[in-house]
Amino acid sequence: MKKFSQFAAVILACTPGFVVASEARFNLKEIAPGIFVHQGQMVAERTPANMGDQANIGFIVGEKCVATLDAGGSMKVGLLLREAIKKTTPKPICYVINSHVHPDHMFGNPAFKADNVTFIGHERLAKGAAARSNNYTNSLKRDLGDVAEGSELTPPTKTVKAGETLDLDLGGRILKIQAWPVGHTDNDISVFDEQTQTLWLSDLLFIDHVPAMDGSIPGWLKVIADLKKIPAKMVIPGHGPVTAPWPSAIEPEERYLAKVADGVRKALKDKQTIQEAIEGVAWDEKDKWQQFEQFHRRTVTATYAELEWEE
Amino acid sequence: MTWTKAANMNVLAVFNQSLMRGIVACLLGLSVAALAADPIPDGNQSEVWKKVRQSYFEGRTIVEDVDGKVVALKAPKRAEDAATVPVQIKTGVNQSKDRFIQKLYLFIDANPSPVAAIFTFTPESGRADIDTRVRIEAYSHMRAVAEMNDGKLFMATHYIKAAGGCSAANGTLPDYANFQPKLKFKVDPNVEKDQPTLAQLMINHPNASPLVKDQVTHLFQPAYYVRTINVSYAGKQIMTADVDFSISENPNFRFYFTPSGEGELRAEVVDTKDVKVESFVKITPTAGKT
Repeated sequence: MKKFSQFAAVILACTPGFVVASEARFNLKEIAPGIFVHQGQMVAERTPANMGDQANIGFIVGEKCVATLDAGGSMKVGLLLREAIKKTTPKPICYVINSHVHPDHMFGNPAFKADNVTFIGHERLAKGAAARSNNYTNSLKRDLGDVAEGSELTPPTKTVKAGETLDLDLGGRILKIQAWPVGHTDNDISVFDEQTQTLWLSDLLFIDHVPAMDGSIPGWLKVIADLKKIPAKMVIPGHGPVTAPWPSAIEPEERYLAKVADGVRKALKDKQTIQEAIEGVAWDEKDKWQQFEQFHRRTVTATYAELEWEE
Repeated sequence: MTWTKAANMNVLAVFNQSLMRGIVACLLGLSVAALAADPIPDGNQSEVWKKVRQSYFEGRTIVEDVDGKVVALKAPKRAEDAATVPVQIKTGVNQSKDRFIQKLYLFIDANPSPVAAIFTFTPESGRADIDTRVRIEAYSHMRAVAEMNDGKLFMATHYIKAAGGCSAANGTLPDYANFQPKLKFKVDPNVEKDQPTLAQLMINHPNASPLVKDQVTHLFQPAYYVRTINVSYAGKQIMTADVDFSISENPNFRFYFTPSGEGELRAEVVDTKDVKVESFVKITPTAGKT
């Protein structure tokens, strides 16, 4: 009997029916006319059960076609997003916009290959994806096993240069894709929907989940200063609630990043070693964020390694 | 197979089997979850260490310095960023002409190249302490072996839980084709004569590991790292280091020197492209307490 249930579970997990059956778990909210966002799970670990569904992802529907906002943490999550789009609108999917290279946002790309989409990303996205793919794929397989199957960091087919903006026309709806200098990563882009004044920031904005830094804190703080000039009514963060008011939603992140930068600069001035800085900087932020322990030490380490070259 | 293991297999069989395939395919070859629960393995049984020990210290006695009287190794038990793991080697020997540490070996058993660094020191070093940052590819024993001028060997061991540091791409990826390494010294402006003085040498260099695979070209990133470091003061050797990509991006070393008068603290660094960079800082020590 046990053998049979295992067998059944394998069959279920390997058929498209499994995806449809779990659709109930794929929450989706229309946060503004034609903008749909799925909230990822705030969990520390990827498991076969959560399929790596950790990031907020979604899509925007125009008169002509649909653009996705990221693709999710695995091919399976990408397929769920695709199903959700197909249930929402008969319009074709023309763009997959990748906000940055991180696996929880990008591994679902292959789910849209058959739609003949244009993959949009930062000019540095392809290079980052190629260099990280091996490590990211190995660790996804370690965490998800067979559920990881098909997941790939499909590179962009159309890129945007850092500091520049690209207009994407979905038919009666213009999306402004802006590529940023090094900040959260070295390949972040944001998407501004002019019609509803909604700004999709992905991981340029963390809410509740501690900011995971993979670029440069001084760079990120500069990007935030520029982001704040964008006259958005509402923003979509990469983690946390699906929408938040602008620009107040970015204040906790800005405070945290500034505190880490200032703390590390002080540690350097006091001739502290990197280890002393890791143990001492910004620990009063601990109770204000989820997944703090998992990311904070890493952020301080990288910031120390960068800032010791200042002066 | 024990009963508990068998029961566990039944409940999680589907995912365990698939997980196992992923794990076997994985570069680490180790399950993080399994290791987290396991006690620290016996460092003396490490196959890599047996080989390294044979080739570097054949037949010689190595005293395990559990009290850190000669050498102690400080590093975190678990490192979130396996590509930048701080390591401190503290020594308990006042470097003098009669008794000094002449070599310090840093081994990381589970790294693709377990010999992370070999440092040499002189009586002019003052102290043979070293502070640096390393990459860790898998859960591993790390060892600092101090070799005295009389040939005696002392070892400090530390077990670290960190993984993937050598195969992780550097965070930001500038174009390294025309890269020119840069050096920077940091020394306290108040230097006292004949006192061991802390100095920091920072090297701006990708120190690229050849374990990073490019998934488009299917090629591994070419190795490009700092190979040798040579530090002198007033023409006398202070410290040399033979290193490789086990040292983190932008290699960084804290070490001591003892100035007996005015002089230049000078560093010469050579990388795997045979690019040589030099830098120096002028030191004028004050008379000090003596």
